[in-house]
Amino acid sequence: MSDDIIISVHDLCKCFGSFTAVDHITFEVRRGEIFGFLGANGAGKTTAMRMLCGLSYPTSGSGQVAGFDVVTQGEQIKRHIGYMSQKFSLYDDLTVRENIRLYAGIYGLDRYETLRRTVAVLNRLHFRSEADTLVGALPLGWKQKLAFSVATLHRPEVVFLDEPTGGVDPVTRRQFWEMIYEAAAGGTTVFVTTHYMDEAEYCSRVSIMVDGKIEALGAPAELKSKFGAGSMDEVFRILARGAKRRE
Amino acid sequence: MIPQNAIEVRGLTKRYGTLTALEQITFEVRRGELFGLIGPDGAGKTTLFRLLATLLDPDEGGATVDGFDIVTQYREIRRRVGYMPGRFSLYPDLSVAENLDFFAALFGVKVREAYDWIAPIYRQIEPFRKRRAGKLSGGMKQKLALCCALIHRPSVLFLDEPTTGVDAVSRGEFWDMLSDLKQKGISILVSTPYMDEACRCDRIALCNNGHLLGVDTPAGIVSRFDAPLYALSGDDMYGLLLEARRAEGVKECYPFGAAHHLVVAEGFDARAFERQLRQRGFGSVTVEPVPAGIEDVFMKLMQQ
Amino acid sequence: MSGFLHFVKKETLHILRDRRTMLVVLLMPVVQVLLFGFAISTEVNNIEFFAVAPNRTEAVRQQVERMRVNPYFTFKGYIDQSRIDRVLRSGQAAAVVVFTDDYDRLVEQAAAGAVDEAAVQFILDASNPNNAGTGLVYLQRAFQTDGSVTADSAPAVRILYNPQMKSSYNFVPGLMGLVFILICAMMTSVSIVREKESGSMEVLLVSPVRPIWIISAKMIPYFLLSCLNLTVILLLARYVLGVPMTGSVAGLVGLSLLYLLLSLALGLFISTVSHTQVVAILISGMLLMLPVIMLSGMLFPVENMPGILQAVSCVIPARWYIEAVRKLMIGGQSFPAVWQESVILLAMTVVLVGVALKKFNDKLE
Repeated sequence: MSDDIIISVHDLCKCFGSFTAVDHITFEVRRGEIFGFLGANGAGKTTAMRMLCGLSYPTSGSGQVAGFDVVTQGEQIKRHIGYMSQKFSLYDDLTVRENIRLYAGIYGLDRYETLRRTVAVLNRLHFRSEADTLVGALPLGWKQKLAFSVATLHRPEVVFLDEPTGGVDPVTRRQFWEMIYEAAAGGTTVFVTTHYMDEAEYCSRVSIMVDGKIEALGAPAELKSKFGAGSMDEVFRILARGAKRRE
Repeated sequence: MIPQNAIEVRGLTKRYGTLTALEQITFEVRRGELFGLIGPDGAGKTTLFRLLATLLDPDEGGATVDGFDIVTQYREIRRRVGYMPGRFSLYPDLSVAENLDFFAALFGVKVREAYDWIAPIYRQIEPFRKRRAGKLSGGMKQKLALCCALIHRPSVLFLDEPTTGVDAVSRGEFWDMLSDLKQKGISILVSTPYMDEACRCDRIALCNNGHLLGVDTPAGIVSRFDAPLYALSGDDMYGLLLEARRAEGVKECYPFGAAHHLVVAEGFDARAFERQLRQRGFGSVTVEPVPAGIEDVFMKLMQQ
Repeated sequence: MSGFLHFVKKETLHILRDRRTMLVVLLMPVVQVLLFGFAISTEVNNIEFFAVAPNRTEAVRQQVERMRVNPYFTFKGYIDQSRIDRVLRSGQAAAVVVFTDDYDRLVEQAAAGAVDEAAVQFILDASNPNNAGTGLVYLQRAFQTDGSVTADSAPAVRILYNPQMKSSYNFVPGLMGLVFILICAMMTSVSIVREKESGSMEVLLVSPVRPIWIISAKMIPYFLLSCLNLTVILLLARYVLGVPMTGSVAGLVGLSLLYLLLSLALGLFISTVSHTQVVAILISGMLLMLPVIMLSGMLFPVENMPGILQAVSCVIPARWYIEAVRKLMIGGQSFPAVWQESVILLAMTVVLVGVALKKFNDKLE
């Protein structure tokens, strides 16, 4: 695996009984890229993402994330990636500062580093006055921005974001994406799923999964010209409409 | 006498303790209208639905649904509305047919009698009527939930974020179904966090933080954006974003799908700006005027 | 009415589809009855003992022989005074009976009514105080026959109702008190709260049907399930544990049905104050199960509790139910004997149903 390929997946499959959730997917993600991982409901995105995060074993095929094997080195992968999902990422009943400290502890940062990065995160988000507020009392958009900062607190090489902006207002959604841009500019690879098709346009490259297979892969501009579509939304519709698994 | 408006909301206010979920909301939904509440989570959309569905009582102001008062005549309203709450409300351990039977019984109708009414939607899920609702795909669950909410022929339909978390294709199909229902004369109040769905409504209300930012037709809303707007695109999108923010004459710059949108001051010269960016080393830069969308207006109103 | 049957059907389907829970609900009483009936018994059988008798007279040997043939004792042999500590410590025996040098004389004296010294000493391993206590009672009774244990002052004890002191009898009423609370209150409250949690309660409320009908429909399958459990427990008690049931069976069943209603009302009440299933389970678990187990007289007699706990136990429905079931099932009494308990339970039911209905709002707040 060459130096600038951070995720490489070859013929990865996951079956549940007779059902093939992920069907021989092959792709590579470059270091520092924002990689959009799109697909209709039930296309197998979540299953594929779980395998990449070392949370579940593939049925067959191989893959490497941040230099570690998805089959044999799940634990190392978990240590070298960040993960954030729409459903859960922070504890509502802890304060902002306590949440940051908790994750710093999980990733084994020492006291000095913890303190330094806590201050950095609070400053970056203009959260200093909210440091001792319970996370549950923050507006959703703020929470998601904080969750992203926390997921990248240990400077992971790759960060996985599962629908990070669902339900967030348009202004905060853009601020969130600027954080993603910034992280990518700093060399962090971002692997993201979303239902907002305008967000797909922000990605360096996107893949679109249909019925467990990757049906399209490329930069948004390439895909749009390939499918003769004006927007990613159209590209997505063209591909997903053919899906059998949706019903 | 049939009231002219399906829903009338006058100065509606709802507080939870010190938090004001809705403040002085006023609007009306006309009979047979497809009315959209557009706004992010926490805007107060769900509270508004619960008030109109008579699940909560307001602290101030009032509203009528189908001519009946939400506080004093709530039993009348409950006979006339169909309601799909945001959280999924079918029984996952019951089959498609069993769910439908139950909701029919709840409203005192027979599935057989209501069949023609729901058939256009129900036919799509009928082949799976023995399947447990929990095992349906997101799009199919939506269809079933819609059938259940329609089974008693409500005159007003409340749909709280029916498309959240559903993929773009299913979302499109769902809006097609709503257009069909509108043709049958049902008044529909629907909420969504997706700005791009706003254009599917007859009229929309933009809401944020318990307030309405504006109520109008989608075209009317868009026309409220009076400043000139340009789309900026090029190779290094993040670099362009930072650069544009520093540029003179650019009041605001934010990512907007494939391009960045620039809100500019009077006298902005797009060509000159393009040249300036190229000189600074940005490749394939274009700056073109662009019509504003709902989302542009929303952001502008949000920041006022 | 057909609507109501539909609601009952839906609730029944929920129960039938959740196979695991249903199995637990059906098997739990059976397992508990059998466990308490056979395995967990406070009876002490087979007390192993050594004897220390420096002077093995005829009287001593007769006494030991009597105990040897007694099924409750196992005689392990004579030992020397010096080994007492060792055999108890090593667990070779639970008790040591020490006969004094002049056992014969002292027994005679005792029989004549003049006691100045004990003729025999019991040394017991009290690491399990319950076993030691029971063992002591058995030993005392074994020696009462020859008068060596303060025969003059020993009261003539006659054990009523449960002459063999079989503990499994006592557990049946307690178990019934527990099982019904668990199934009716916990299961109904959880199933109502589940509707709140999943959001379907909102749809139920926004319908022309008064929610209380839906709630009542929810209770019927649980009521029937509990009736099935009641039948199974009564049959097991009668034919497997051999509880005589000489009292009024009709009274017993009637009282149990009342208790079922009360438990359902309790479940409804819990559902009105909890918003998540976890809270409902915690409330039923902590506020119902523990007091039922600890304070209702199921394990510990109410009369032996400190005054304050006795007072607390008065508001626990299970206490009255268990007391009444004991009278009917084991005491062999007829229904009029439990009128007091019945009235208390009835009053509790009326109050609970009233409060629960008042609290059950057809709006969200």
